Amino acid sequence: MAYFGKILYGIKTLWTGMKVTGGYFFPNLLTKKDVITVQYPDEPAVVFERFKGEVVMWHNENNEHRCTGCQACEIACPNGSIEIIWKREVDPETGKKKKMLDQHIYHLSMCTMCSLCIQACPTNAIMWSVNFHNATYDRSQLTKVLNKPGSKLMAGVEE
Amino acid sequence: MNMLSINIFQNWLNHTHGIWYVLVLAGIAALYLGFFAVAGLMLVYLERRVAGYFQLRLGPNRVGPWGLLQTIADALKLVSKEIFMPKFADKLLYKIGYYIVIVSSLVALAVIPFSRQIQALDINVGIFFVSAVSSVGVLGILFGAWGSRNKYSLIGAMRSGLQMISYELSAGFAIIAVVLMAGTLKMTGIVEAQKDTWFLFQGHLPAIVAFVIFIIAGTAESNRVPFDLVEAEAELGAGFHTEYSGMGFAYFFLAEFINMFIISALAVTLFLGGWLAPFGITDGLPAQWLWGMVWFFVKVLAVIFLLMWFRWTFPRLRIDQLLTLEWKYLLPIGLVNTVIMAFIVWKDWLIHI
Repeated sequence: MAYFGKILYGIKTLWTGMKVTGGYFFPNLLTKKDVITVQYPDEPAVVFERFKGEVVMWHNENNEHRCTGCQACEIACPNGSIEIIWKREVDPETGKKKKMLDQHIYHLSMCTMCSLCIQACPTNAIMWSVNFHNATYDRSQLTKVLNKPGSKLMAGVEE
Repeated sequence: MNMLSINIFQNWLNHTHGIWYVLVLAGIAALYLGFFAVAGLMLVYLERRVAGYFQLRLGPNRVGPWGLLQTIADALKLVSKEIFMPKFADKLLYKIGYYIVIVSSLVALAVIPFSRQIQALDINVGIFFVSAVSSVGVLGILFGAWGSRNKYSLIGAMRSGLQMISYELSAGFAIIAVVLMAGTLKMTGIVEAQKDTWFLFQGHLPAIVAFVIFIIAGTAESNRVPFDLVEAEAELGAGFHTEYSGMGFAYFFLAEFINMFIISALAVTLFLGGWLAPFGITDGLPAQWLWGMVWFFVKVLAVIFLLMWFRWTFPRLRIDQLLTLEWKYLLPIGLVNTVIMAFIVWKDWLIHI
């Protein structure tokens, strides 16, 4: 009798499995409301806020950034993805010569998205962007200057 | 070919049948080839689409309307691929393997009746011929795997042989149960015998048991999940076609789907009344051959959907479980079932509505 019991048990468990998958298939076929696929180029992609796409520098509406050119991120980066070119210029307020940021160069092609630069930054000047359209036709386009042209340090960051 | 044999061939052409007879035969063969190449591709598309819906996805929907041209694009890509051969391969067996697989599945199609009038060849041992020819395909799998000199391929092919030898028995007993009811091996004869009631309902419980056994054994013979130990991606790479590229791989792939079609077509012919309309609802209408084909393909698609449902539900069996299922369950049940069926037919207890 255990023989027939096993057969019935087998049929029962197989039917349970088929009920589950059928419960996915038929509603999907009719309404498509449970479909989790995002039709990406036609619909906007859903990206989570914590997604690490690339490093960007925050600028306010007056084209000012928070980077003092201290090079903490350059030292923290394990791959050498960040190069900072700095300059000495006369601060108009105090009249003294001072170290300032000239170009914050970021090599996206070498970046492993480890977040160490962002943790190292003392003034929260750089942050993650969720932009994932990073493909280019030329490798040189992956080297980016993060501070916008003509931008300057926001007042009150260094205090 | 020497002069003598050419002369004999010409004599055969001119005197026995005439050149037009041969040309018509070649035309029918070309029609079948073209139709089933496209039908195989469409089955691949259907499989991917159905799989998508089972897994809360959409499946291919970009190439052409509703993605219908997706598999044709895939086939074009496969044609353009490099034909690769392993260095130490057995060249003859490696190359002959996929031809045997695809030819055996195409030959089996010849005797399947799509409609009362649409059938390439109506021989009096039709069902026997199909079950004989469709099991030759496993030879091609064994040849290809042995020829490619790859241990994973060989393990996969040995499993395929084991599976085929085991499950052919159960499929045979399921077919015998139907042949007992029909009293003939001829495919059209089997369908005509279901004129009033389909065999699935004609033979009480034994017919239903035979149907279930046939579906299980058919799934196993066409090497589909849950019996796809032959390919077993997780264990064997791709099994017997690991070393194949381009069209060689495409032939194996196409043969698998044509085999699925054959199994479904056999299930429909044997148990679900072939081209006959359910309750005869289209009997009085004109163009009966077309209606026959419509009903046949609707039923075949339903059975194919059932096989796909199995595929996306059940986990793969281990080899010992596979053999236990066959030798401990399906075969004894099939034997007893055949005896009961013979008794029912002898007492003339078949249900006729």
